[in-house]
Amino acid sequence: MIRPFVSLFALLMLALPAWAEVRIQEVTSPQGITAWLVEDHSIPFTALEIRFRGGTSVDPADSRGAVHLMTALLEEGAGDMDARAFARAAETLAARFGFDASDDEVSISAQMLTENRDNALALLKQAIHAPRFDPDAIERVRRQVLSGLASDANNPNDIARNVFSRLAFGDHPYGAPGEGSIESVSALSRDDLLTAHRGTFARDRLYVGAVGDITPAELGLLIDDLLADLPQTGAPIPGPAEVLLSGGVTVVDFETPQSVAIFGHAGIPQDHPDFFAAFVLNQVLGGGSFESRLMTEVREKRGLTYGVYSYLAPKDLGALYLGSVASANGRIAEAISVIRDEWRRAAEEGVSDAELRDAKTYLTGAYPLRFDGNARIANIMVAMQMQGLPIDYIATRNARVDAVTADDVRRVAASLLDPAGLRFVVVGQPEGLPVATE
Amino acid sequence: MMRIISVLLAAVLALPLAAQTNDELVTSFVLDNGMQVVVVEDHRAPVVQHMVWYRAGSADEPKGSSGVAHFLEHLLFKATDTLASGELSATVAANGGRDNAFTSYDYTAYFQRIAADRLELMMRMEADRMTNIRLTERDIVTERQVIIEERNQRTENNPRSLFNEQMNATMYLNHRYGTPIIGWMHEMETLDMDDALGFYGTYYAPNNAILVVSGDVDPAEVRRLAEQYYGAIPANPALPERLRTEEPPHRAARRLVFADARVAQPYVSRSYLAPERDPGDQEKAASLVLLAEVLGGGTTSFLAEKLQFDTQVAVYTGAFYNGTALDDTTFDMVVVPAAGVTLEQAEAAMDAAVAEFIETGVEPEQLDRIKMQLRASEIYARDDVDRIANRYGRALASGLTVADVQDWPRVLQEVTGDDIVAAARAVIRPEASVTGWLMQAEEAIQ
Repeated sequence: MIRPFVSLFALLMLALPAWAEVRIQEVTSPQGITAWLVEDHSIPFTALEIRFRGGTSVDPADSRGAVHLMTALLEEGAGDMDARAFARAAETLAARFGFDASDDEVSISAQMLTENRDNALALLKQAIHAPRFDPDAIERVRRQVLSGLASDANNPNDIARNVFSRLAFGDHPYGAPGEGSIESVSALSRDDLLTAHRGTFARDRLYVGAVGDITPAELGLLIDDLLADLPQTGAPIPGPAEVLLSGGVTVVDFETPQSVAIFGHAGIPQDHPDFFAAFVLNQVLGGGSFESRLMTEVREKRGLTYGVYSYLAPKDLGALYLGSVASANGRIAEAISVIRDEWRRAAEEGVSDAELRDAKTYLTGAYPLRFDGNARIANIMVAMQMQGLPIDYIATRNARVDAVTADDVRRVAASLLDPAGLRFVVVGQPEGLPVATE
Repeated sequence: MMRIISVLLAAVLALPLAAQTNDELVTSFVLDNGMQVVVVEDHRAPVVQHMVWYRAGSADEPKGSSGVAHFLEHLLFKATDTLASGELSATVAANGGRDNAFTSYDYTAYFQRIAADRLELMMRMEADRMTNIRLTERDIVTERQVIIEERNQRTENNPRSLFNEQMNATMYLNHRYGTPIIGWMHEMETLDMDDALGFYGTYYAPNNAILVVSGDVDPAEVRRLAEQYYGAIPANPALPERLRTEEPPHRAARRLVFADARVAQPYVSRSYLAPERDPGDQEKAASLVLLAEVLGGGTTSFLAEKLQFDTQVAVYTGAFYNGTALDDTTFDMVVVPAAGVTLEQAEAAMDAAVAEFIETGVEPEQLDRIKMQLRASEIYARDDVDRIANRYGRALASGLTVADVQDWPRVLQEVTGDDIVAAARAVIRPEASVTGWLMQAEEAIQ
């Protein structure tokens, strides 16, 4: 009975759905700032996404964590408002502000009702231009960051991530957490935060996306008011990060019933001509679906884990190909062995025509489903700008996926996948793995 | 008099347009076999979310089989009469969609998010696995290992999860909310084919299910398809009435200490037994929602004010209440002490702050700000109709009606400062409380 049903699906699969065009306009403000806009007046609010390239990687070696702590303090007092006055003002307007720092960027996400947008922006402007860094606010937020770092130091997932990053990138800023260490955060001064603020918010690294109830002319005035006064240049961004990984297993002894593993080796940059072939390859090998080879072999057939994934991690300054798995201490060795075998099989054989077809149908069909809300579209548009993609990229992206051939995947699999170079960092008390080297 | 009027007027003008509701997006009806259907429209993008919610969760499990509701959820991705094991998910993926499922105390839900013109295919497959699953012993053995690893990942590897499990088990004297959704490990290890099929046969039927479809769909077309695929499945006449063992009166404050070497940041947690939203009777729950906001909803809340700003007792404070449940739920507070502050001091500071709050009452401006945010959240919600859909699914599976869901924003707006204080007085009962300390193992030895 299974076959007829399947062939019916096959017919349905041929015709992928038409989907709404995401109409992006490029807006240049009177003072020369570029923003991408999707105008949609159906709901009376606007999502605004602003990003500054550089992120926590611009921290000097002796003040790691400064950009992160600075970012966390933006809403903790600005202009003539202390932390509580600022929070009350945002609540009164029902404006939603998010401030975040990652390895490659500091991002500001805002959602504002149309009816009080000007007031919300005036508030946001204070946070960007005039954060107070009051001593009591610094100490309060510093204590929160330190509490988080202490928790991370006892969390197997964070331990694995941090050890893996250090092995991968050594002394490069990518080699240590952007939040800093307990020592470095404890030592940060107010001057360090002011330096981080000056180094982060500059026009030479600025990207803007907006979606919602706003016209191009309104957006141009808005971004000038909000951002045109920023200095032209910010702190120097470090050079490329060399990937220092070698093959093998690093065990971090930690008393917990389930071992957590992160694995990987060097990856492929987003602007590489073979990136899409690698993207399709990863979908087959360990991309998020239940159908990936890793999920099938490690979970569905053997029940060794709740989840196993692989993913391309191309950052601005260095690219990794990463994966993760977690299995009981007595079973992680088998999970690792199965993953290694799958890595080798894919490197040697590439993927089948059926796998290639299914991966492409999934990736092309899933793509339009990403554009499902004003804030999400604003995020995607800013990421596109930061990657240097053309404004019509969304309309051409699926054709790039479809253009990947089985030969492309085989060639990329053979060069990208390095079974012998795969490094596993295992946190727990795994049985049957080599003696701890960490 | 004039002054008062103008102040009121200013307050009214500051409201967004949306005292308006999102009810106009919603259509609901019931199929002949008793299956309830809710449609939430959003035509901005050609995407649909298709969900089926069963009024069956971990709190409906037979004694001794904890975790079977969640185990069955996993097993519904195996074979049916017409689908091979894994084929449903593979078909969703091959059509560019994604699918998953989740289990809670009061419900189990399955969903797909996919291009809108694939809705019929989703219904065909979801209706199929409502009654036609075909499990093998191998499925049971392998998938049981998967859920054990899931428990390892979510709970055994996480001292905060273990602590929460102990808190719940201590709170409930006689109700299944005291048993973890994923199950106790020793019972999970014994779950077998009969346990899974027993739960399936009892609860998986159209008269125990709610279909919730959101996105770029026409309600009339959803009705036609729902009648074709779900309407063809007969109701289960033997569906049991949803009665669970109830809590007796709580008569003793309970305390627990959970010590674990993996704890880096100790904290104190307090739970009070609290009423849930009931059909046509949501006022108490609404007051508790606002109490949680006023007391512990962020930077401007009372606990933050007293414990993080006026004094530096805590690095974090919070209060939580989720009233969408079939039976009595909990009102919870957490205080994470600053370095050098003991759990005893943190707990005393929390209790003193709550007592002071009950004395001083609610600051009107704070209540206005919270209500403004609640109104605005209805505008923001229209950007994500899947969340509106989830709201209906969760409420209907927890014993509420469509009318209750639609009344809820109004009920929240009508809560007064006095209502909030009254709710606090009613819920803050030491004899119905559990206080927990999460500690580093070496501290506990002292």
